[in-house]
Amino acid sequence: MSEYNFAYLDEGTKRMIRRAILKAVAVPGYQVPFASREMPMPYGWGTGGVQVTAACLTPEDVLKVIDQGADDTTNAVSIRRFFQRTAGVAVTEATTDASLIQTRHRIPEAPLTEGQILVYQVPIPEPLRFLEPRETETRKMHELEEYGLMHVKLYEDIARHGEIATSYAYPVKVEGRYVMDPSPIPRFDNPKLGANPALQLFGAGREQRIYALPPHCRVVSLDFDDHPFTASKAPHDCDLCGASDSYLDEVITDDAGGRMYVCSDTDYCRSRREAGHGGRLTGEAA
Amino acid sequence: MSAPALKNPALKNPALKNSLQLDDAPLLSVRGLSRNYGARIGCADVSFQLYPGEVLGIVGESGSGKSTLLSCLAGLQRPDTGEVIFATANGPQDVLTLPEAARRRLMRTDWAFVHQNPRDGLRMGVSAGGNVGERLMAVGARHYGQIRAEAIDWLGRVEIGPDRIDDRPRQFSGGMQQRLQIARNLVTGPRLVFMDEPTGGLDVSVQARLLDLLRGLVRQMGLSAIIVTHDLAVVRLLADRLMVMKDGHVVEQGLTDQVLDDPQHAYTQLLVSSVLQV
Repeated sequence: MSEYNFAYLDEGTKRMIRRAILKAVAVPGYQVPFASREMPMPYGWGTGGVQVTAACLTPEDVLKVIDQGADDTTNAVSIRRFFQRTAGVAVTEATTDASLIQTRHRIPEAPLTEGQILVYQVPIPEPLRFLEPRETETRKMHELEEYGLMHVKLYEDIARHGEIATSYAYPVKVEGRYVMDPSPIPRFDNPKLGANPALQLFGAGREQRIYALPPHCRVVSLDFDDHPFTASKAPHDCDLCGASDSYLDEVITDDAGGRMYVCSDTDYCRSRREAGHGGRLTGEAA
Repeated sequence: MSAPALKNPALKNPALKNSLQLDDAPLLSVRGLSRNYGARIGCADVSFQLYPGEVLGIVGESGSGKSTLLSCLAGLQRPDTGEVIFATANGPQDVLTLPEAARRRLMRTDWAFVHQNPRDGLRMGVSAGGNVGERLMAVGARHYGQIRAEAIDWLGRVEIGPDRIDDRPRQFSGGMQQRLQIARNLVTGPRLVFMDEPTGGLDVSVQARLLDLLRGLVRQMGLSAIIVTHDLAVVRLLADRLMVMKDGHVVEQGLTDQVLDDPQHAYTQLLVSSVLQV
């Protein structure tokens, strides 16, 4: 412990990040630039999220880290251990017990509550990037609220696939002002972005941007009048816990086309099984 | 009403004469517009007025300042001095002093800019329908069916079949790309169109068809247009009035036929006599 400052980053850096976070909370959906630091992990592995987490952590916090909903994948385990070692905070896998949750590309199934902080890892914070490569131009477009181009992308989806085929990183409009990339969460999670009692922070390390959704703010997924937004998921129940309302991973189980669907949120699936629910492969509910 | 008719005796659009009688204020008036590149002159002290439904041609050799002038007018460049007063819906306003948001709104509603190279004016990775629909979506259209219907209608008007609506512009020929660019620009019903060498780089038969199309659209929609070109045949066909530029200065202006048939300035005489006769 003594070789690291609390939560790895020095206090000056944490203050700088907190200032960026405060600004981001004050202007929901606006991408605040910050001086992203080198972290002991490669870009793309959550350097932005880790810095935001480090700036928010207090010794009393209980940390949960998930990667695509799972608590037990490499990325989640490494980041959790990193903060155990550098901050000595308590960790948990239970969504309801955590005070700070760092997530890669999922929102936990269990409803978040007031006082919780959800930190997203963001690879590309600019929703307009694939349509307009110039940063100067996209900033201007945000400034002047010129978001017609975002709908061109959705138009292209419908023209090519018959429906809005964007299934993750689905663009949203925050508080009627800024169009925001919700990080590559499945669009199934989009409805949970708005009116959420928890504070949601987004950190993009390589792109050096922080943005935020304050609790209970208004978030609308973009759509067309005649092609309204729908949250989508695989049309199955979880094979382990039988849940019909959770986002599912498809797992190929053999070479003969066998497959199973399981909750991507491992904590949710486990707690349901512990409560006696069962799915196709574990026997129906006891 | 003879006064407005006198102001625009060469107006080739009979449909517009009526509306002119109602409103004879200029659509665009430019006063003392100058733009220098360091010590070099881009364009100097250009003044003119453009009336609703009128097509103004600007000709001159390469480097004469015609493109500089056009991009200053269209707000792509900031002139050093001068004013560009446009008759907006809220009365005449100097577009150079408008806040940027208002100017950009103007550029995607009342104005259109047709680039010489369709690559500059189109999104090459987006389908033809998306290209045409972009301006509609930019001004708030949010109904997919209606946007698509409008796109099909406009592709038809520029002679692109409805079966090509989902193709990317890079799958189109040069002439088709240029027509697509025109459709994309005119879909929101602009009142003023800037064209920079709209027929440049196309072979003559394609040019002829494009010109035919442009002439039809301009007349039909009652557009005002400013066309920059070095091709005198293009202005002869499209423009009501002509401005000849040399070394950044306007050396002669007047009715197209008058300028081309009876050029007064030595440079205009040279220009007219330099046209190859086939």
